[in-house]
Amino acid sequence: MIVNQQYTVSELNRRIKQVLEAGFASVVVVGEISNLKHHTSGHVYFTLKDETSQLSAVLWRSRVQNLPLMPRDGMKVIVTGRITVYEVRGTYQIDVTSIKPLGVGELQAAFERLKEKLSAEGLFDPGRKKPLPQYPERIGIVTSKTGAVLQDMMHVFARRFPALTILLVPVRVQGAGAAEEIAQGVRDLNAFGNVDVIIVARGGGSLEDLWAFNEEVVARTIAASRIPVVSAVGHEIDYTIADFVADLRAPTPSAAAELVVKDRAAVLEILRDYAYTMRESLASRLHQHREHIGSLLKSHAFNRPIDLLHSHSQHMDELTRSMGAFAAHRYALAASQMRGVGQRLAALDPARTLKRGYAMVRKQGRIIGTAASLHTDDDVTISFHDGDVPSRIC
Amino acid sequence: MPTKKRDQDIPTFEQSLKRLEDIVNRLERGDVPLEESLRLYEEGLELSKTCSERLAKAEVTLKRLSKNAKGAFEELDDEAE
Repeated sequence: MIVNQQYTVSELNRRIKQVLEAGFASVVVVGEISNLKHHTSGHVYFTLKDETSQLSAVLWRSRVQNLPLMPRDGMKVIVTGRITVYEVRGTYQIDVTSIKPLGVGELQAAFERLKEKLSAEGLFDPGRKKPLPQYPERIGIVTSKTGAVLQDMMHVFARRFPALTILLVPVRVQGAGAAEEIAQGVRDLNAFGNVDVIIVARGGGSLEDLWAFNEEVVARTIAASRIPVVSAVGHEIDYTIADFVADLRAPTPSAAAELVVKDRAAVLEILRDYAYTMRESLASRLHQHREHIGSLLKSHAFNRPIDLLHSHSQHMDELTRSMGAFAAHRYALAASQMRGVGQRLAALDPARTLKRGYAMVRKQGRIIGTAASLHTDDDVTISFHDGDVPSRIC
Repeated sequence: MPTKKRDQDIPTFEQSLKRLEDIVNRLERGDVPLEESLRLYEEGLELSKTCSERLAKAEVTLKRLSKNAKGAFEELDDEAE
């Protein structure tokens, strides 16, 4: 460097730019975000500060998408980037390529806050969980188009239960904006409707990588899904908010595939069992019928119908006999009744009274019972037991 | 309709299997008349055959859900696979 060289402002700023940009082409700086502003252009501006100093920072739109999560004021972060100098103003800033929360504390706190809030709303209640279909034939999967996750799941499906149609909704599964894409995927599958179950999946990664599945929009969309949702995010030890609201949490994407479809061999076994049971049931049924018919055929009566006829005629004879006896009894009874009536009638015969010395007076054929019914010159007949005497009242 | 719905006339695998289960149970109980048993047995055999055939399908189909310009959903074959 030449001592006491004279510069113009532009020259100096250009020189400083060269020195700074070459000297700080890649820096990592720790600080707290403040004054964060989303410009309409999509770029994000903020100040990175610590207790005594601050640094301007710019986050270009193209990089926002790749962030694990959207930066917020007050967040303690580790920023990676390079120093750039704005010659016109003689200012410098950090051009941010990535932002990570400082330690898991920040994210953990956000996770716990959301978990508590949604839990209080009842979104994790077991009663809300929808049962999974026993034999899904169409499965919607919301995950990344690239990467091993989809392939791993496809292999499980092919091995276990290939009679499937998988409907993929390709989404980004990490970075700012991923949460909205995942939520939209679940909404689209619900709007489309023609799937039996939805799997929301992502492979393993850091807490930041999995962060989209801890966003409220994802949780609420899963909770609102009409179609049952299985969450399959990260490894067994990773729990996300999506896991708590899902109808079923699978420890990994491959495990989700295993849980959602049955093993074809087991189902074929069931089908064979059913066919066997049906055959056996029917065979035993037919056997019973055959036995019954056999016993009928072997029975004495079936083999010698004449016996049956004999037994019938014997019965008829008995009936006839008893009927005859009954008729005789009835006749005897009637006869004795008749005799009684005859005796009573005989007792009433007037001739027997006349024989005892009485006479009977009749006028025009009618018996006269009182003296008052006779008048002078009435022609009457007086009957004695041995004959009638015509007479006139005087 | 913007979406192609599943053919309503064809029972799902689950429905077929449920029906088959029902038939097996009824035959096992043996409380249906013999004529009816024979008819159920025939239906059951047919169901178990079609279910097995469906399981024999060799490949998983992968499709991609896509929204066209009019906002209607389409199932596209996934060329990338």
